[in-house]
Amino acid sequence: MEKFTLSVLVENKFGVLARIAGLFSARGFNINSLAVAETEDPSVSRIIMVVDANEKILEQIKKQLNKLIDVIKVIDLTEKDCIDRELVLVRVKIDAKTRDKVMQVVDSLDAKVLDMGKGSIIIEEMGDVKKINATLELLRPFGITEIVRTGRIAIQADNKG
Amino acid sequence: MKKNGAQIALESLRREGVKVIFGYPGGSVLPFFDAMYEMKEPRFILTRHEQGAAHAADGYARATGEVGVCIATSGPGATNLVTGIATAYMDSVPMVAITGQVKTFLIGNDAFQEADVTGITRPITKHNFLVKDVKELAQTIKEAFHIARTGRPGPVVIDLPVDVQMASCDFHYPKEVNIRSYKPTFESHKGQIKRIAKAIEKSEKPVLYVGGGVIISGASRELTELAKKYHIPVTTTLLGMGAFPDTDELSLGMLGMHGTVYANHAIQESDLIIAVGARFDDRVTGKLDEFAPHAKIAHIDIDPSSVSKNVTVDIPCIGDAKHALHGLISTLKKKPNTEKWLNKINEWKKKAPMKYKDDNKLRPQYVLEEIYKATKGNAIITTEVGQNQMWAAQYYKYTKPRTFLSSGGLGTMGYGFPAAIGAKVGRPDKIVFDIAGDGSIQMNIQELATAVLEKIHVKIAVLNNCYLGMVRQWQELFYEKRYSHTYLNTCNCPDLVKLAESYGACGIRVTKKKDVRKAIEKAIKVKNTVIIDFAVEKEENVMPMVPAGQAINRMIGGMA
Repeated sequence: MEKFTLSVLVENKFGVLARIAGLFSARGFNINSLAVAETEDPSVSRIIMVVDANEKILEQIKKQLNKLIDVIKVIDLTEKDCIDRELVLVRVKIDAKTRDKVMQVVDSLDAKVLDMGKGSIIIEEMGDVKKINATLELLRPFGITEIVRTGRIAIQADNKG
Repeated sequence: MKKNGAQIALESLRREGVKVIFGYPGGSVLPFFDAMYEMKEPRFILTRHEQGAAHAADGYARATGEVGVCIATSGPGATNLVTGIATAYMDSVPMVAITGQVKTFLIGNDAFQEADVTGITRPITKHNFLVKDVKELAQTIKEAFHIARTGRPGPVVIDLPVDVQMASCDFHYPKEVNIRSYKPTFESHKGQIKRIAKAIEKSEKPVLYVGGGVIISGASRELTELAKKYHIPVTTTLLGMGAFPDTDELSLGMLGMHGTVYANHAIQESDLIIAVGARFDDRVTGKLDEFAPHAKIAHIDIDPSSVSKNVTVDIPCIGDAKHALHGLISTLKKKPNTEKWLNKINEWKKKAPMKYKDDNKLRPQYVLEEIYKATKGNAIITTEVGQNQMWAAQYYKYTKPRTFLSSGGLGTMGYGFPAAIGAKVGRPDKIVFDIAGDGSIQMNIQELATAVLEKIHVKIAVLNNCYLGMVRQWQELFYEKRYSHTYLNTCNCPDLVKLAESYGACGIRVTKKKDVRKAIEKAIKVKNTVIIDFAVEKEENVMPMVPAGQAINRMIGGMA
């Protein structure tokens, strides 16, 4: 199984997300991450989904999505050059000893500190999956107590490189 | 002009050309039924169960090609439609089902007779709507009919809260419909048609494998022309029966689990399969890895998701079957040389014809052959599901589309009788025979009241073997004859003749082979709904048979 990113334009109506979710659950496919919001046209929503699949399953997923009446367009971003981003909020344990070290890590990345309490700190990081995962790895030794992560969003690049 | 939601719904149905509505009243459709009071057009047919209404609408649609319409109340009324809707969905039948719903402000409150109908029907409809504003109602109905009848057809549910039925607004029925996210491909790609034509020209052992899509798109003439002009043998799926005349020498009959030996062997030895409006169902392919090992596969279908779903297709061609076949005929330049191939098939036909034991016993296959003779092949046959369905497919010869109506995909017992009612309403000029088993007929037997009171005279042939025959057959073959709960004892209970008579229908019992023809002729003559209770051989099996999961040329009752 690989991960594929699909960008799906749908009618901005009630029940559309349920139709899409139902399509996956009925076939026992898992949605890895999901991000939904209005587009530049308020009557259209964009759903960015990351799915676990192989080529054959992906082909069926795309066809089944296209078959739904409320789906306007399905774009497979996996095959295209695209820019993707995720946002993560991480709560990390700190004490007098580790506080400076955590701050050093934060500075070395371009992460932000959003809030600092006595025993913990909330850090924001934004970037592609690789970067987010790297950040989490660097913070893990200090003791992560909570991770809040958005689904991936992605946009097709205008030019290569 | 102001109208309330119920009147708008009814007027919209008229504008869509609806001539008949099947349904059952209830609390949440009271305004709709009030609008129908003393109405002449469309005709309303009151069934005795909502499931009967859904199957009748389905039968009407399959027999006529028009959209079938049914209506039920909220909650249990709507859930009773579910089997009928799922049946229509699996077999791509155009249908619009209107369900009442509790008042909009009560939705989600566990109100009396409330069910999440759009939620329940989401995976078994082509699309569904919950109408929350009366101003959207006319547009919604326009879209529902458009979606139901175009592309790969299917059922559409309109969930209509009772307060929306009562609310009023100006009525304008939209002339056109334009759904930006729904544009089914109709015209197929010329390049793909050319590729199929080339493949045909080069092939030595081609087979046309034809499904219900050919009947839906009205492509029987084109298909027949293609086959006859280029000498290509034709096998059909269960839903494709009637797309190509069974009586033609190029016909191989049905393929698959209970298909003919020669159809299955032809597929397994073929070098080119041209699939048209069929979807490589598991009952057709048997063991997938060993299906048609030598064949290149071309697939014409209007639904892209059907292509390369089960079997990997070499030449896909998305579009309407009639349009594609027409294109194919005008593209083909030379005939493939199929003489040797057809000779080989004819040898198989001689070696392993469809046969059953011809003795003095009353066998179900004989009943079908006699119905065929007595109706001169001109009847519409509906079936229930199981052995009756397979014998009806094997031993009646279909020569015209829309004359064989059967729940193929979902395999719904209880389908045939209400579907026969719907078919007879749509085609009153036709004799309509429901081929039933003693199990399935009891699943919607209440519709006898509908048939008798509405004077919809259908004929029911019950192949009564006292068993749930097909399941018993599997128990015999694969479960060491452990007949667990498949003995229905219908020989003793109920008395089907008396049951028919109690409804005011005509009941005939046949226990001897020699009385079969007489009984069928009487049933046809009687101006009433008739049940013929045929006491057939109890443990007769449907043969030949591909055991589940085997390659389709490994048949029980096949060639040695």
